Amino acid sequence: MNARVSHIARNTFREAVRDRVLYNLIAFAVLMCAAAILVGKISINIERLVVINLGLTAVSLFGIIISIFVGIGLVSKEIEKRTLYTVLSRPVRRWEFILGKFFGLAGTLAVNTFFMAIGVFGALLYVAHHFQRADAWLLVALYFIILQFLIITALALLFSSFSSPLLSAVFAFSLFVIGSFAEDLRGFAAMTTGITRWLALGSAYLVPNFSALNVISSVAHAQPVSAQLVIYNTAYALIYAMMVLSGAVIIFEHRNLK
Amino acid sequence: MRARYATLFFTALLLASMAGSILLLRQLDRLRTGATLEDVLYIRSPKILKRMSLGHDGLLADIYWTRTIQYFGSHHRLGAERYDSLAPLLEVTTSLDPQLLIAYEWGSTFLSAKPPNGAGMPERAVELMKYGIRNNPNEWRLYYDLGFIHYMELKDYAAAAEAFAQGSRVPNAHPFLKIMAARMAQHAGDVQMARMLWSTTYQSAQDPSVRINAEVHLRALQVDDEVAALEALAEQYRRKTGHFPDNFSELRAAGMLRGTPVDPLGYPYKLAPNGRAEVSDPENLPFIKKGIPAGYLSSKQAKFLPSD
Repeated sequence: MNARVSHIARNTFREAVRDRVLYNLIAFAVLMCAAAILVGKISINIERLVVINLGLTAVSLFGIIISIFVGIGLVSKEIEKRTLYTVLSRPVRRWEFILGKFFGLAGTLAVNTFFMAIGVFGALLYVAHHFQRADAWLLVALYFIILQFLIITALALLFSSFSSPLLSAVFAFSLFVIGSFAEDLRGFAAMTTGITRWLALGSAYLVPNFSALNVISSVAHAQPVSAQLVIYNTAYALIYAMMVLSGAVIIFEHRNLK
Repeated sequence: MRARYATLFFTALLLASMAGSILLLRQLDRLRTGATLEDVLYIRSPKILKRMSLGHDGLLADIYWTRTIQYFGSHHRLGAERYDSLAPLLEVTTSLDPQLLIAYEWGSTFLSAKPPNGAGMPERAVELMKYGIRNNPNEWRLYYDLGFIHYMELKDYAAAAEAFAQGSRVPNAHPFLKIMAARMAQHAGDVQMARMLWSTTYQSAQDPSVRINAEVHLRALQVDDEVAALEALAEQYRRKTGHFPDNFSELRAAGMLRGTPVDPLGYPYKLAPNGRAEVSDPENLPFIKKGIPAGYLSSKQAKFLPSD
């Protein structure tokens, strides 16, 4: 990675830590402990399932919230504080700034996910007393969750590059919701004809598809994830994030910062 | 100093408000008895719920399954005769997570058993099991449970035999399924068949609650057998002497019985003047059909849940 991009990424990570973003881990730990202890008392035979479903859902939702709420401020906060001008007055290109911010937040989310994953496996060990071979699929689900974060971070950054923080949050969250319905949108396109069909189909392919990246339910039932899905999902998430980041860079390059 | 007083004052105010709000909530709960366990399902459509979960349908299914358990448990404890929301709750749960096997296994038991031990809806239980089989065709337990409902609740022996036969063809199926399918034609409706079914459930179940339920049913079948045998002895005695024995000592004196007969829980059976054998502790022997003391009204529900 370019040294300037890596410097900006490191600073973004440090700033996130200073902003106490990782404090969410405390809430997560409390949630996992409570789930592990309580669920056996109020339900029947789903302790392991609940720990996996709740744990991975929490990892996903906490990460999405962080990526949206931190991502939307990445550019606008720098403009507001006028620190962006100091950065750009040095030999730093605008695209390097965007990429650095992206990698910095992605790194924060990866560290966050790593600690949460330890929590999930700890809770799993507590309720099941031992690990099964199928528990290794949880790592694939966690990897897919990180891929989701890459897409959402890129989207938050895109909106942050031209819009206010509030609107950016609304846009990014809306796209997350629409992206969860991407397959329904495709189904809707199949049922219609003419221009509506093309519009629906176009939107379905343009919005991010998060449903393929969600394998929580299947890994909770110890179902394997195919290598093909891992490869395609990785390629899809990277290409999509690249596409969105390119958009962010184009907008930011042409933005009048005076 | 002033800041310190302010901190102390607001800490006291915070604690007092917290205590006040808890006390008021308790009052409100007393006013609205049962409101927290209200028999309401706001969203009955599994499709809508699935979409609302934004892909986290597995967690939502776990929540709905827990809600089903709570719903059944609270109604069961009150000896309810109606479980109107049970079937919709199970349908929502299994639609959200079609692989949640425990929901089919337990759900069908809750649904099919007669009130107050269940909803008395064996047809809905059959629908649930068929949905489960469609989504998990390689789970032999689901075929077994389907055959079980057909046999025990609907007395549809042909359908039960068919379910067992289908289940026996599933890879790694329990070998008993094949035997049960074959024996069904000859022994449909007899006690031995019922015993075999409950024994299979007891041996093959991994969940302790399912095993307890099977054990209770097996105990009940044993009591029915023993009561029938003791009453036959009393009748034999009457034929010999012209009157029923007053107690088991008379049967022992006549050389027809050895020792004092006890039920599976270790309590001695009693003999009524009309030759009826009765259990001493019917409370702890749910599901028995014979030996229930005259005029006895059960106050205890069958044990289904670990918390029962």
